[in-house]
Amino acid sequence: MDDLYRLTIGEAHQLLKRKQLSSVELTKACLKRLAQAEEKVHACITVCGEMAMRQAAEADKAIGSGKAKPLTGIPTIIKDNMCTRGIKTTCASRILENFVPPYNATVVEKLNAAGVVVLGKANMDEFAMGSSTENSAFFPTRNPWDLDRVPGGSSGGSAVAVAADEAVYTLGSDTGGSIRQPAGFCSVVGMKPTYGRVSRFGLVAFASSLDQIGPITKTVTDCALVMNVISGHDPRDSTSVPNPVPDYTKSLIPDLKKLRIGIPKEYLVEGMQPEVRVIMQAAIAKLEELGAEVDWNVSLPHTKYALAAYYILAPSEASANLARYDGVKYGFSYRDTSNMWEAMEKTKQFGFGAEVKRRIMLGTYALSAGYYDAYYLKAQKVRTLIKQEFDHAFEKYDALVTPTSPTVPFKLGERVDDPVQMYLSDICTLPTNIAGIPGISVPAGFVDGLPVGMQILGKHFDEATLLRIAFAYEQATDWRKKRPPM
Amino acid sequence: MKLTREEVKHIALLARLGMSEAEVEKFMVQLSNILENFEVLKQVDTSGLPPTAQTVALQNVFRADGPQPSYPVEDVMANAPQREGDFFKIRPVLE
Repeated sequence: MDDLYRLTIGEAHQLLKRKQLSSVELTKACLKRLAQAEEKVHACITVCGEMAMRQAAEADKAIGSGKAKPLTGIPTIIKDNMCTRGIKTTCASRILENFVPPYNATVVEKLNAAGVVVLGKANMDEFAMGSSTENSAFFPTRNPWDLDRVPGGSSGGSAVAVAADEAVYTLGSDTGGSIRQPAGFCSVVGMKPTYGRVSRFGLVAFASSLDQIGPITKTVTDCALVMNVISGHDPRDSTSVPNPVPDYTKSLIPDLKKLRIGIPKEYLVEGMQPEVRVIMQAAIAKLEELGAEVDWNVSLPHTKYALAAYYILAPSEASANLARYDGVKYGFSYRDTSNMWEAMEKTKQFGFGAEVKRRIMLGTYALSAGYYDAYYLKAQKVRTLIKQEFDHAFEKYDALVTPTSPTVPFKLGERVDDPVQMYLSDICTLPTNIAGIPGISVPAGFVDGLPVGMQILGKHFDEATLLRIAFAYEQATDWRKKRPPM
Repeated sequence: MKLTREEVKHIALLARLGMSEAEVEKFMVQLSNILENFEVLKQVDTSGLPPTAQTVALQNVFRADGPQPSYPVEDVMANAPQREGDFFKIRPVLE
C-alpha cells in the first residue's frame, strides 16, 4: 500500500492490531506525505519527525506485547496552543515564538498514555483569534481544495493537516467556531464538545469561559474514538465536569428513527450564499429520509444578538488572559530600555499582531470604568437569554441542524482589513460557545468544488446524539470519499 | 460611538499596550466601527435577568490544600528572557 496516509484511525488500528502494518511504516508514510503537502498548504509550525519515529517504535513494542489501544501508534498533529513538553508551543505568535513548555496539556498526557505518535504542531490564527488562519504571525495556511482560499480558522492548520492527509487526525480548539468552521471549509469532521467535557489544562487561554478542545478527523467514527480518549474530569481544570464519559462508539447507529431535529430559521440568514442554502436543504431532506422527524420552523430569535455579545465577552476575557505576556518570565521581551513600563508596553507592541491588539483594546474598553455595565454586563445578560433559548429548544428537539458557515471558503486577503466582515464568518458557530453546548460539523457537499459543512448542535453533554446523527448522515452520503485535488 | 484619539490612547495605556501613531489612527476607525455593531444589544430587554459568566453547573470547586511536587527550578527558568542565578531579571520597579 503506497497511500497509507489515507487510512482512518479505525482502519489503521485494525491493520496495526493484526500486524499487517507497523506504526513505524505508517508514521514514515505520513511524514513523507506531510513533507510533500506542506510545500503547498503550510499547515504546520513545527514538525518533529525524529520524536515521532521514536514514539512509533515504542508504539510498535506496545502493540507487539498485545497492548494496542484504539489510538496506539497512530500519527496526529496538535494545534500549537496546547502545551507540549519539550516542543515549542507558539500560539502562532511572535510573543511565544521560542516558548518551550515545561509541562504537557492534559489532552497531550492522555494521548501519550494512549500511545500516540505526534508529528508536529499545527498553524492557527494568533492566540486562536481569527477565522481564516491568516492571523498567524508566521504564514497563512492554504485550503487544499483551492490554494487561493483560506482553510477557515482559527484551527486552520489542524483542519488542513487532516484534509491533506498529513496526519490521521488532529486536535483543535474552539472558542467561537474555531474547530467547526475550518472543518466545514476543508470537508472533514470537527467537534466542539460541551464546555467542561475536555480538560483545558495546558491550553493557552484565549476566552476561558468559551474555550474547548476537540478532535478533527476524517470520519465520524474517528471523532468518537478520539473523544473517548480526551474526555473526562481533570482535577487541574476546575471547570471540567466529573460526569461519567460514555463509550461514544456505541452511539454510531446508522438510522435516525424517532429523533426530533429542529431547523432554526435564523441560521439560514440573509446574506447567506444561495448555493449553501440549497445544499443544506438537501442535507436536511436526507436526515428526514433516515427517519428523523424534522421541524423546519424553529425560531431562536436572540440569535441575531449573539455576534455582538460574543465580540464583547471573548475580547474581555482575552484582555485579562493576555495581560500575562509582560516579558518577565517567558516569551518575547523588549529589553532596550531601562524603564519597566516602557519594557512592558513595547513587549506587547512588538510581540502581538494586529487582531490580538484589536481584541485586547476592545476587551479593555468593554471592561473599563463607565462602560462595564453597558457592554460586559449587558453581554453577559444577553448570554443568559441565548442559553435559555437553547435550553428551551432542547426540551422539544434532540438536536438542531444549521450550516456551519454561511459561505464557502473565501479568498486569502479578502477579509483581512475588514474585521466586521471577518467576524461574520463565525455567525453560525459562536452561539454554541455562548451557551456551552456541543456542536459538530460534517461534510455536506460542494459548491464548484468548495466544501460546505453541516453543523449539528445538541444538549449539554449529549455528544452521543450528535455523533449518531453525523454518523447516519455520513454513511448515507459519499462526501467523505472526495479528496482534495493535490 | 466614535472613539477619539485620546480615548484610544487611554485604553492602550490601561492595557499597557504600546502603540504607534499609525496604529492609534487605525484603531480609531476600526474600534468605532465594531462598537457601532454592538449598539444592537440596546434593543434587548434584559431587565431582571442575571448575568451568565460560565455555563457549567459547578460551583466552588475545592481541592485538598496539601504540598505537592513542583516543577524543577531549571525547567521553570528555562524560558526566562534574562536571569541572574535562580531569579528573573527585570527593569527596576523603583527608580
